[in-house]
Parts: sequence; C-alpha cells; structure tokens
Amino acid sequence: MKLAPRFAVLVAAAAVVAGCAPQTSDNSSSDKDDQSGTLRVWLFQEVGNDPKAKVVDSVVAAFEKAHKDTKVDVEYIPIDTRAQRVKAAFNDPKSAPDVMEYGNTDTAGYVHDGGLLDVTKEFGAWSEAKDTDPTAKQSVTVDGKMYGSPFYVGVRALYYRTDVFKDLGLQPPKTMAELAATARKIHKAKSDLYGLVVGGAYTYGAMPFVWANGGELATAKGGSGGTYTSAIDSAAAQKGIKAYTSLFTSDNCPAAKCAVMGGNDTITAFAAGKAGMAIGGDFSHTAVEAGKVKGKYAVVPLPGVASGSVAPAFAGGNNIGVLKSTSHRTLAVDLMEQLTSKKTQASMFDAMGFLPTFTDVRDAAAAKVPFEKPFVETLAAGTKFVPASPGWSEIDSSLVLPTMLQEIISGKKSVAAASGDAAKKMNSAFSSAG
Amino acid sequence: MRGRRGLSRSSPRPQGHSGTPWLYLAPALVVLGGLLVYPIYQLGLISFFQYTQAQVSGGEPTTFEGFGNYSALFSDSQFWQVLVATVLFAGACVVSTLAVGCALAVLLTRVRALPRLVLMLAALGAWATPAVTGSTVWLLLFDPDFGPVNRILGLGDHSWTYGRLSAFFLVLLEVVWCSFPFVMVTVYAGIRAVPSEVLEAAALDGASQWRIWRSVLTPMLRPILTVVTIQSVIWDFKVFTQIYVMTNGGGIAGQNLVLNVYAYQQAFASSKYSLGSAIGVVMLLMLLAVTLVYLRLLRRQGEEL
Repeated sequence: MKLAPRFAVLVAAAAVVAGCAPQTSDNSSSDKDDQSGTLRVWLFQEVGNDPKAKVVDSVVAAFEKAHKDTKVDVEYIPIDTRAQRVKAAFNDPKSAPDVMEYGNTDTAGYVHDGGLLDVTKEFGAWSEAKDTDPTAKQSVTVDGKMYGSPFYVGVRALYYRTDVFKDLGLQPPKTMAELAATARKIHKAKSDLYGLVVGGAYTYGAMPFVWANGGELATAKGGSGGTYTSAIDSAAAQKGIKAYTSLFTSDNCPAAKCAVMGGNDTITAFAAGKAGMAIGGDFSHTAVEAGKVKGKYAVVPLPGVASGSVAPAFAGGNNIGVLKSTSHRTLAVDLMEQLTSKKTQASMFDAMGFLPTFTDVRDAAAAKVPFEKPFVETLAAGTKFVPASPGWSEIDSSLVLPTMLQEIISGKKSVAAASGDAAKKMNSAFSSAG
Repeated sequence: MRGRRGLSRSSPRPQGHSGTPWLYLAPALVVLGGLLVYPIYQLGLISFFQYTQAQVSGGEPTTFEGFGNYSALFSDSQFWQVLVATVLFAGACVVSTLAVGCALAVLLTRVRALPRLVLMLAALGAWATPAVTGSTVWLLLFDPDFGPVNRILGLGDHSWTYGRLSAFFLVLLEVVWCSFPFVMVTVYAGIRAVPSEVLEAAALDGASQWRIWRSVLTPMLRPILTVVTIQSVIWDFKVFTQIYVMTNGGGIAGQNLVLNVYAYQQAFASSKYSLGSAIGVVMLLMLLAVTLVYLRLLRRQGEEL
C-alpha cells in the first residue's frame, strides 16, 4: 500500500523522461465522403419531446426519400449530461454522430476542441441563409468561419404579475430605474413577494444590465478572429453590475436567499407565485404556465436605461452542426440544412415554441402567437452574444461571473475589486485558450 | 516490506525460500497494481502535460509542461485559500467525529440492551444512507423556507448556507452524522475486547468515567484509535459529496470550496485535466505524508500495527 504510490511516482518520472504522452484521440477530419449509408444524429431531449420528434421524423422521412440507400438514426440525448456525451464523442470518433445539436455558447469551445466541421462554403451557398438573423449567424461563427447552422434562438424578457400590478396600481416599468423602484414598491406592499426575483448565479439575467449601461463582456482585439480582452471592469460595465447587484437587498430580494439562485430558481419562484417580476425566456413559458400564476402574468421587453428603450438581451439558442469525423460529409451537411430550414423552423415553432432564426419566419410566427411578441421585439431591438472565444467555455464553467456577482452581493468585495478580479480571470482564460 | 525482517527473525528457514511469500502475494499485488498503480501513474503523467479537452479530442497537440501545472497551481492564491480551508475543515470534522463516535461507544457499553439496539440501528441507518441522500435531507431540514429546524428554533427565514462559517458548520454536522457510526462501532468492539476485570478494578479504585477512558481505555485501544483516526483523516480530507450538494458546488463565490471539489471544478467542469491531476497528486502526497508521520510516531512509541 505504502510502497505503491512511491513506486508510481518513480515510474511516472521515468515515463516523462522517456517522452511518453497521455492518450489523445485522432480527430482529424475524415477524407471519406460516402453517398449512402447510415447518418447518426444527436438532438437534445426536451421536456415534452414528442412534438419535436414528430417534426424531426417528417424531415428525416423526406430526407431518406430524397437520398437512396440512406438511413438516418436520430437519438435524443439528455440535456443534463450533454457535455459528457459530446466530450466522449470527440474523444472517440467511432461512436460520434455525424450531425448534432449544441448550445450556441459552446460553439467556440467545440471548434477549439477540434470537433466541428467548417461549413462556411456550404452555408454561403445555401439559398435560405441570407435571411438568418445576424446575431444567430454570429453564434455559429468563429474566426470568420461558420461551424453549423442556427436552429432556434431564445431571449429573455420581463415577466410580471398582472394581478399584483393591478392591485397596487402599477404600470410595467419603462426604464431600468423604474424597474428597481417598482420592484421595491411591490415588496413593500406585499412582503411575502420578491419584487423582482434575481439570482447571484444568473449570469444571463445580469448581463442585460451591463449591456444596457453601455458595458461589454469583452472586446475583440485586432479585428475579427483576434483575441479578446475583458471589459467587465470598465466604468460602464461596473455601473450595470451595480444596478443589478443593488437589487439584492432586504427591500427586494434578500441576499441571504437570492445570492445562490440561478436562472431556473428565479423562474421557479415566479411560477410558484413568490415574486412580482422575473427575468425569464420565451423557453420558460411552459414552466410558468404549469405554475400557480397561470393566467395572472404578462411579458414585456426588459426596459433599458432610456425611457422606451429595450435592454439588449443575450441571444441564447441552439445550433446544428456537422462533426469533423463524419464519413458522409455531403449528406450530413445536407441533413443539417434540412433540419434548420425555414420550413422545419416554422413547424418547430408551432410544435415547441422555439423562435426561428430567420427574421421573416420569426415575424410570421410572432404574428400568430401574441405571447411571443415581447420576445420578438427584444430580438428586433438588438441582442448580444458571448465572446466567440474558446476561453468563454472556461469562463462559463469556472463560474467567473457568478463568483463576481456573489462577491459583490455578499459584501466581500466592492464592485471595482470584484469586477477587476473577474477581468483578470477572463483575460487569462482568453489568452490561455488563444 | 517490514514483514520480511520479521519473517527472517522468527523463521528458522534459510534465505533461499524468501521468494515464496512474494509468490503468495502476487495475485493481490497484480490486482493492486492494476487498480492503484496504473491510475496513479496516469494521474502523475497527465499532471506534467498541457492536457485539456482540446488535447484529448485531438484539436491541439499535447505538450510537455514539466512542473508548469504545479507552478500555476502554487501561484494561484485561491488554491492556498482552499487548501487552508480544507485542512481546517477536515481537522474539525476528524475531531468532532472521533469525539462523538467514542462518546457514543462508551455510552453503548453502559446502557441496557434495548436502548443499545436502538442507538445501534440509528447509527447504522446513518451509516447506510448514501451521502447524496443524507446531504439533501440535511439541507431540507435547515431550509430557510420549509425546514423544521428554523421553525423549532424560531429563526424565521435565516439562511444557513449564506455565511461561510455557518455553511461549513452545516456540512460538518452532516459529515459527522454519516461518519461517526464507523468510529462508534469499531471503538465499541474494541472496548468489548478489553477484559472487564481491568475496568472493574479501575471503577473500584474510584476512577471517574473520564479517568477510565483517559488512563485505561485509550492506551489499550490505541491501535484501533489509530486506524479510525487515519481513516477519518483520509475521508474528511477527501470530502466531496457533502460540499458539492449542500453548498451548491462550493458555496457563494466559492467560499466553501474544499480541495476535492476544487479539483473537480478544474478537471471536469473546466476540462483542465492536467491541472486537476496536479491537485490530485498534491492531495495524494499530503495524505501519504500525514499517514507516514502518524505511523512513525506510533513506532517510536513502541506500537506495531
């Protein structure tokens, strides 16, 4: 027992000296481009997946009909464990799919890991691509090259309780300052409600405050494709951070409870009737509908600093890409286009409420469903995206921004100190991922 | 290793047969080697390379970093902060676990059969509860909105996980709760093996319960106490589940991070496998050192394990 580790260290040292390296998988792009065979597709397993599966099935049926001797094998993977599944797929190309759905913030990281195929040429040649929303396009772009096709977008807006607002004679806030004042009024009148429920771990709820105040997460250095420098400690960004963190007080959302909350927790609280307002996405609709507040809420765009303006929202959503290791390049790219075509996105909106990434399709969809109006307005007002750097995955997973927010909320650090530290961490992530 | 010297001293057989014990040990050594040496070898190896997701999946070449990961680790102020927190937290857990375990073991020997059975069952229940379940239940008990503890103590909606110390304290309670049964059962078995005449004699001499424990039981139970202490040190130093579940992955702004959770964050959440490995190696060396020092101290006192 005692001997073994010591021995191991010796062996390790010997191996290092001998120039031995840990295992690495060969993920170079496959040269093969088979025109028939089986295509494997991974899509995310949504809550209530049947309508999604139906739309996908019809796309697949048409695809198989159009391509002789081609079979498409669709697998729905659980969202919770997708990171592990995708890593495993990159590590072992043999068990990897040909086409897969992925969260748009993961794009740069996956490209850096060497997993996604560059489809710039095909995407450019695709007739439908010209109507793609610019932010959605940005979310598949790294260093000026495209690594997939946008599947749907998601944005957040302000949910509020119509019954509470009516009781207290309140109007939906028009500016960010009004938002904070309204939140405090609600909590004062109804102490069992959070005014505006906020979360210390809710990065995408906090970012609109930074963006609305003219701040940025990071700025690209040296044009497109260059490295990024964090801007989270700029004066404008600090102002936004201050606006957000000052909501964590006993007259709105007490720090002791709200500092730990993430986005889902805030929606859960709102759906359970514990908050007057919440920042939620179009994708939170089902969760809110299933809660106590059904029929007692409405949505408006999150107000910006100036009256009548809209705070820039984070453009979330998913893309569909082709894996580098595919041996059916042409077929896989074609299937990717079919899965994200205008027709598919329109039916996907009807089935799942996923907002289309084509502006014309989206406008048509919003005209049909009034609930989507504030979200489409938010999208039209201009959205922001996370830096297209592989460093972002690291920043995201090592909780740099939640840590910064929580340090300020819990009073451990000042806004300047916490944002300065966060900027340092972000810069080291950007440069190490380079 | 030490066994060989003992063998040659006590055995009259000539040196030529010294290979035989190794032959008998071989199957166990092969299994141990496969399960222990190889993973540790890999751990050590990876810690000398730049090895992130990009290298694993072949996006970038693997580069040899020498002690680069270690120097990055040692120059990270958060690592030192986490290390200090881990040592203090593990120390508090070990002391509390041993105190509770030993006290209850003594209690077990002094109560009647029925309460003893009840106590045993309660302890075994705690022991058998998976750490994730235990942590979740514990968290619910102390929940600011729905927890019975706050209601009984009349604390309103006080949040136990908000303050750094109070969050560590909550986790400590859970760790002690799920690890004292091992100490209790082991020490109880040890006490039962102590000849009752010795205890009787001490009692007749008018020794208090504390005095008996201090001057009679502790010396006689030393080998057992050593084992449970080392076990507890190793367990509590490596605590992961409780912190991960109860403080939501390290608490507000990472204030409740311990080394194991920190390593997990670095290795798997951030995909920096090499840095995670370096933390693992550092932990291994520290635990090894603690164990060796402890054994050395014991040997000096003339005890053999």
